[in-house]
Amino acid sequence: MLRYIANRVLWTIPVLWLVATVTFFLMHAAPGSPWDAKNAGKRLDPALEASFNRQYGLDKPLMTQYVIYLKNAAHLDFGTSYQQEGTSVFDVIMQGFPVSARIGVLALALAVVLGVPTGIIAALKQNTWADYTSLFAVTIGYTLPSFVLAIFLLVIFAVDLRWVPVLWTDWRSYILPAFVLGVGSAAFIARLARASILEVLSQDYVRTARAKGLKESVITMRHVVRNGMIPVITTLGPALAALITGTIIIENVFGAPGMGYLFIQSIVARDYPVIMGTTIFYAFIVVLGNLAVDLTYGIVDPRIKTGS
Amino acid sequence: MTVARTEQIGTLREAAKTKPRGLWWDAWRRLRKNKMAIAGAVYVAIMIVVAIIAPWVAPHNPNTIPVNAAANTPPFWMKGHDPRFILGTDTLARDELSRLLWGSRVSMVVGFIPTAITVVIGTVYGLLSGWLGGRWDNILMRLVDVVYAFPSFLFFIIMQASLHDTWFGHLLGGLILLFTAFAITGWVGMARLIRGQVLSLKEQEFIEAARSVGVPTWRVLLRHILPNTMAPIIVSISFSIPSYILAEAGLSYLGLGVQPDTPSWGSMVFDSFPTMTYLPIFVIMPSALIALVMIAFTFLGDGVRDALDPQMSR
Repeated sequence: MLRYIANRVLWTIPVLWLVATVTFFLMHAAPGSPWDAKNAGKRLDPALEASFNRQYGLDKPLMTQYVIYLKNAAHLDFGTSYQQEGTSVFDVIMQGFPVSARIGVLALALAVVLGVPTGIIAALKQNTWADYTSLFAVTIGYTLPSFVLAIFLLVIFAVDLRWVPVLWTDWRSYILPAFVLGVGSAAFIARLARASILEVLSQDYVRTARAKGLKESVITMRHVVRNGMIPVITTLGPALAALITGTIIIENVFGAPGMGYLFIQSIVARDYPVIMGTTIFYAFIVVLGNLAVDLTYGIVDPRIKTGS
Repeated sequence: MTVARTEQIGTLREAAKTKPRGLWWDAWRRLRKNKMAIAGAVYVAIMIVVAIIAPWVAPHNPNTIPVNAAANTPPFWMKGHDPRFILGTDTLARDELSRLLWGSRVSMVVGFIPTAITVVIGTVYGLLSGWLGGRWDNILMRLVDVVYAFPSFLFFIIMQASLHDTWFGHLLGGLILLFTAFAITGWVGMARLIRGQVLSLKEQEFIEAARSVGVPTWRVLLRHILPNTMAPIIVSISFSIPSYILAEAGLSYLGLGVQPDTPSWGSMVFDSFPTMTYLPIFVIMPSALIALVMIAFTFLGDGVRDALDPQMSR
């Protein structure tokens, strides 16, 4: 088990390296210079541009810059922002991260609270109106693209009804983005929970429990729901990762000053260090989420442990 | 006793008369019964037709500003509309209806072409990896693992942001760049799927039988293995098409999709977003079309999956 964990953890390094490398070279392939943004998209004076380049090490050959970047990144030094001069990339990310994390966690909480009971009830009452109603709601929930839902809700609740502010202001601004992201994941979780519970219901040990004459409530709680939740629990890690990265579009719809919003801003401004840092950070979260599934599988379902 | 036997022979004869039904026929029969899936298929078919005939049915050129056209004229049911423009004009005074019709082309093309590319690459790669097995499989799958772990939407954003304004980004109004970005990350899912199928299929008796009578390897792969992997490939195709449509819409919404003069539903939302507070309808129309096509594809995909793999649905 320990070897397995170590193996999985080490495997994240080549992934992050690939993300950093691809991002680095793609970004530098873009035409123009990062200083154009400081001058309303027009080319800066060549002398000024050269001095900026020297200051940030952009005058060196590309390969040298790449090696320097990797060396610094290995020490968790991701440089300073071009736009917010003097602010480290880490601080820029940390300006946005709390907002994204709050949205992500709220959304996940909503998803679990809505999704798990829906899935369980749908499965236990299979082929009744409760099943069909929830199945229909779930299908709509996971098919409707989150950014379309975001736009609809923004138009209805912010523009028409004015229940929440159109611009990002206070805690009320969190309601819509968290709801939008939560609904999509809730539908996903409900589907998974339903399928998983249905599978558990057909297992021999459930029949054994019935044959022993256990009360139906005990069977449901102790045998069915507990075992049926395994796949749900294991998806929570990647679900949270997906929520945090999935907020890129949603944050831009609602103008939420989170990581995704700042990421797009940094792309528009050609802020190389921030783009690199945010991309690596995002990739790290996603990789961590995937890692979490593999590890939690081993913990919740001991049968898998011996396999690898 | 004899009566029972003749009866049995009778039913056997009866059974022999009906045509043998294959997996595909059964699947088609199950799919036909699924009303939601058929509704989805019909909508998708309509969208394909619209995409093809858009240049002939669109009342105006989607990119030029008609003579004396005002910007932001509302659709016909609102006050102050211009009878020449049924659904109004956008912020640059271009005809909204024409742009919506043309936009279906981008959505369809961006769904189907990258899927076709990923199927071809993924199938070849997966067949190779699964068939060779052992060390080769190990090496080939490491590459797949790394690409698979790369967050794809993030990759699309970086790719678009970097190459959007290069000559490559301008090919076919930006579509070539989108195809490339989608294909680079998309093939791994297909490769994984097919490799898994091949690994289990190649151990089965009918493959061993084919090999033992001297059927050449390429023939075993093409005639015996590949047809047996078709069902999961088709299911995966039906889910990959809408995922690319959505990715394009999302990227275009961020201003990182097709080139500005290419009408796309996602970029129409992007263009109309600043005027959302007083003309929300221009944001609603393209996003509703995105939602509808997504819902249609998902219903169809669910139906196809249930039809091809009846055990999975319950």
